[in-house]
Amino acid sequence: MALDIQKIRDDFPILSQEVNGKPLVYLDNAATTQKPLAVIDAEAGVYKTINSNIHRGVHHLSNVCTEAFEDVRRKVAGFINADSTDEVIFTRGTTESINLLSFSFGETFLKEGDEVILTGMEHHSNIVPWQLLAQRRGVEIKVVPVTDSGELDMQGFSELLNEKTRLVAVAHISNVMGTINPVEEIIALAHAADVPVMLDGAQAIHHLAVDVQKLDCDFYVFSGHKMYAPTGVGVLYGKRKWLEMMKPYQGGGEMIDKVSFSGTTFNDLPYKFEAGTPNYAGVIGFGAAIDYLQEKGMEEIWAYEHELFKYAMEKMQIVPGIRFVGQAARQSGVISFLLGNSHPFDVGTLLDKLGFALRTGHHCAQPLMDRFQIPGTVRASFVFYNTKEEVDRLVEALLRVGAMLS
Amino acid sequence: MTIKEKQQEVIEEFAAFDDWMDKYSLLIELGNELDSFDEANRLPQNLIDGCQSKVWLHAELKNGLIEFQGDSDAIIVKGIVALLLRVLSGHSPDEILETELFFIDEIGLKEHLSPTRSNGLVAMVKQIKAYALAFKVKMG
Repeated sequence: MALDIQKIRDDFPILSQEVNGKPLVYLDNAATTQKPLAVIDAEAGVYKTINSNIHRGVHHLSNVCTEAFEDVRRKVAGFINADSTDEVIFTRGTTESINLLSFSFGETFLKEGDEVILTGMEHHSNIVPWQLLAQRRGVEIKVVPVTDSGELDMQGFSELLNEKTRLVAVAHISNVMGTINPVEEIIALAHAADVPVMLDGAQAIHHLAVDVQKLDCDFYVFSGHKMYAPTGVGVLYGKRKWLEMMKPYQGGGEMIDKVSFSGTTFNDLPYKFEAGTPNYAGVIGFGAAIDYLQEKGMEEIWAYEHELFKYAMEKMQIVPGIRFVGQAARQSGVISFLLGNSHPFDVGTLLDKLGFALRTGHHCAQPLMDRFQIPGTVRASFVFYNTKEEVDRLVEALLRVGAMLS
Repeated sequence: MTIKEKQQEVIEEFAAFDDWMDKYSLLIELGNELDSFDEANRLPQNLIDGCQSKVWLHAELKNGLIEFQGDSDAIIVKGIVALLLRVLSGHSPDEILETELFFIDEIGLKEHLSPTRSNGLVAMVKQIKAYALAFKVKMG
């Protein structure tokens, strides 16, 4: 069934405000998405009714809160079709998930001379943790080149895979260009060489129906706040066989079995990787976001977002001097562009005054900016609460801004 | 004109506009009209690399007064650079050090001088003061 967009917009209270005297058009969804009332109420509800530290209390509130928290782990496992809730680790976000993985996987399996393959379109958070690992353990980082259209050079990827490769870590969708990477092919090639694959799903999880078993990825990481959930919650999915072997990341409460000064044994999965009190209120809000998305249907969401994206690409073409950065054959709702020779900062500043929230700059992907020899881009990112009318207003605003800056 | 009087003058010019886009049109115009930056001074030590945009600043002491040259790769930032230089260039180190910049706030461009804006302008103002201090010490 087609989505009722006006009804969906009514679920997001922040969208109805004015900015600089103009109705807000929020197109910075790749940075973070807005939250529906159901999510806001669920998180606030924790503090109003069940707040209590989880997992360790014998009292009523602690039990209720723990059950609500663990219920979300079941929801996440169902949402991504994980084989077991043991494979769902709660983190603070994608960045922490990747730091956890690079540390624990690296300390367990990697030694000097080993190689990790990344790509030229990764977000800094899928580059720097691996560089830190590289410095610690003498591991080498190999980078898959990006083509002029903003796609991965798959020939280049095949050439990088070799007997020294220990892991491939790649974005499912590019945060700058919206390129949907051929992750099925990457996983097949890597697995044929006995190499596990981590997918950075930060930009994919709210667009596409993700099935980790069908994808057969070894790790999948994402953030709650980019899928309408509160900030400060994320997930590391990992196949049990890897997680069981991996050393813990942070030490503390919850992640232990027995502690003594002569030696400590660690808790089972998933708790081994969840030291300290988690952001349980955020996690419970995250559960409400999953409910909300499942109620609307990921297939329906994708169908609408794809239609909106195609409409935006078509309409934006008419703006004189517009140049799209990345025009992959398969793209999600992210459009990066430049307006003539104008600096992205100028375009973004003027659009802000007209009520538009867009992002400008390097989008935490400086290597990709260097690849295209640009200082940055203007990025409009669309989700299911955006409308064709907003696209029309954006085009109108771009015409005005373009004239002012030329 | 004192720095304070110059600031008042800028405020009056901007007071004529109540629409944001008109204010920014004026800034773009000022950016375009800014004296071209001497390429010989486009040196790494004169570059202030903001996360969003770049600013270049060069300073020389002439007859006890500091003359600044500036530039930016973003035209709106360049317009604000032009305003800062119009207000501060050609004054003594003491005058610059004693100055409180109030005109940016008054004309509604405060957000561009916020430390979180990362466009290079905050660092530029600090650098202007640093030059003033350095020249003051040099003059004895």
